[in-house]
Amino acid sequence: MNLAINGLVQRFTDPDGRRPPATVLDGLNLTTGDIQALVLVGPSGGGKSTLLRILAGLDVPTSGTVAFDGVPLPRDERALQGYRRTVATVFQAYNLFPHLTAMQNLLLPLVHVHGLTEPEALERVREPLERFGLTAHAHKRPAELSGGQKQRIAILRALVVQPSRLFLDEPTSALDPEMTGEVLEMIGELKALGTQFVLVTHEMGFARKVADEIAFIVDGKVGTHAPAADFLDRCTNPRIRLFLDRTLHA
Amino acid sequence: MPRWFAYTLVLTLLAAGGAWAFASLDMNWNWGVVWEYRSVFWRGWWMTVALSVASLLTSSLFGIIAAVMLRSRFTLAQAAARVYVELIRGTPLLVQLLIGWYVIAAALRMGTDQRYLIGVLVLSLFSGAYMAEIFRGGLDAIPRTQLDSARAIGLTPWQSLQLVVLPQAVRIVLPAVAGQLVSLVKDSSLLSVISIAEFTFNARNVNSATYSTLESYLPLAVGYLALTLPLSGLSRWLERRFRYEAA
Repeated sequence: MNLAINGLVQRFTDPDGRRPPATVLDGLNLTTGDIQALVLVGPSGGGKSTLLRILAGLDVPTSGTVAFDGVPLPRDERALQGYRRTVATVFQAYNLFPHLTAMQNLLLPLVHVHGLTEPEALERVREPLERFGLTAHAHKRPAELSGGQKQRIAILRALVVQPSRLFLDEPTSALDPEMTGEVLEMIGELKALGTQFVLVTHEMGFARKVADEIAFIVDGKVGTHAPAADFLDRCTNPRIRLFLDRTLHA
Repeated sequence: MPRWFAYTLVLTLLAAGGAWAFASLDMNWNWGVVWEYRSVFWRGWWMTVALSVASLLTSSLFGIIAAVMLRSRFTLAQAAARVYVELIRGTPLLVQLLIGWYVIAAALRMGTDQRYLIGVLVLSLFSGAYMAEIFRGGLDAIPRTQLDSARAIGLTPWQSLQLVVLPQAVRIVLPAVAGQLVSLVKDSSLLSVISIAEFTFNARNVNSATYSTLESYLPLAVGYLALTLPLSGLSRWLERRFRYEAA
């Protein structure tokens, strides 16, 4: 994917007018090469999740443009809904619908959004469930699954609709280290399978391993943007160095 | 102490106390006269069932509409629903019924045969105000992230309501709705003040015809319990079931 972002602004205004408007993205520009995996890192409140929501077609920016492979993202809700059906998003937590089993969660978008019959949908999820070792958990409800299993099912639900690209918003930050490992391992496999994705994460070590390019988002702008291999060397900004030193050695 | 034993003990003590109180009354029970009026009780009981079912359906509708308005972004809709809920919950049903019948129905030139319609309507408005808060709580209990997930997988707003929000909200509110139904059944007894021939009204008529007060009103208690006990059992069962699913 070639991602081109131009002058992206996202400003939230308080409907009651009691607080001043907050500018979360402040004229952000970013142009990537033809890459498979882009990782967004940076401090909390810097705007990386807000950016990801815009890329995923969940929010509309105040101004500015975003284009994947030269195709600009639409701004009206109906067109965005169509766009969302071609991509997939996994959030930090609570992705799964608690009243449905893992299997029903997997089938829901296939049947209700992508028009598969139930047997077709079952056939579609069988092999991926097996590959990621989740078959034994398919009949369980989210409440019976561990945090790591829930996130893996959520990623699987995103994958089986065969999206053109996947957006992952801090998929491990609500998990303990052991479960973080199993989810990161799964994302690593996505990389090997050739899935295109944009990942927001705090796991710097993992970011360097899985990313083609890394963008450091701070104060609503891109602080540093570089190929993963020489990202650390390119960081001359002392504030970013300090952040990286802290997160890498924590 | 086993549960069955605790219940038996409590009920036995209650029966003993009741028997002692009634025995000390030195009453000349006159069940025979009342027995002749059994069809009047029976008709009234069924009328109460019918009024309750009708009011349950209408009040659920009112409750859902008001709950959606309470959560609306539009200030006017929010204000209208808030005023409705607070006015209704803050005043006695008796007063509402009297206003409904003697003021509103009169202003609309409604005939006496339409008192049943007004009765169900006022009872539904009354119960709907309580339902509104129950439904609002149910909708509030569904985290925003669920709506995000629904949008992210490409559901339309209608599909997300139908496949994600309602199935969860219904599970959350069902026990409370069943509980509200218990109140509704009992509250319907007040419809007697606008001469609707339901259970209580008919029992009162039997009393005035036979002058046997307790014999007329005791069957009333039994008749209402026959409706409310299964309902509160249902409410508790739903609550347990939901807890099990959420665990």
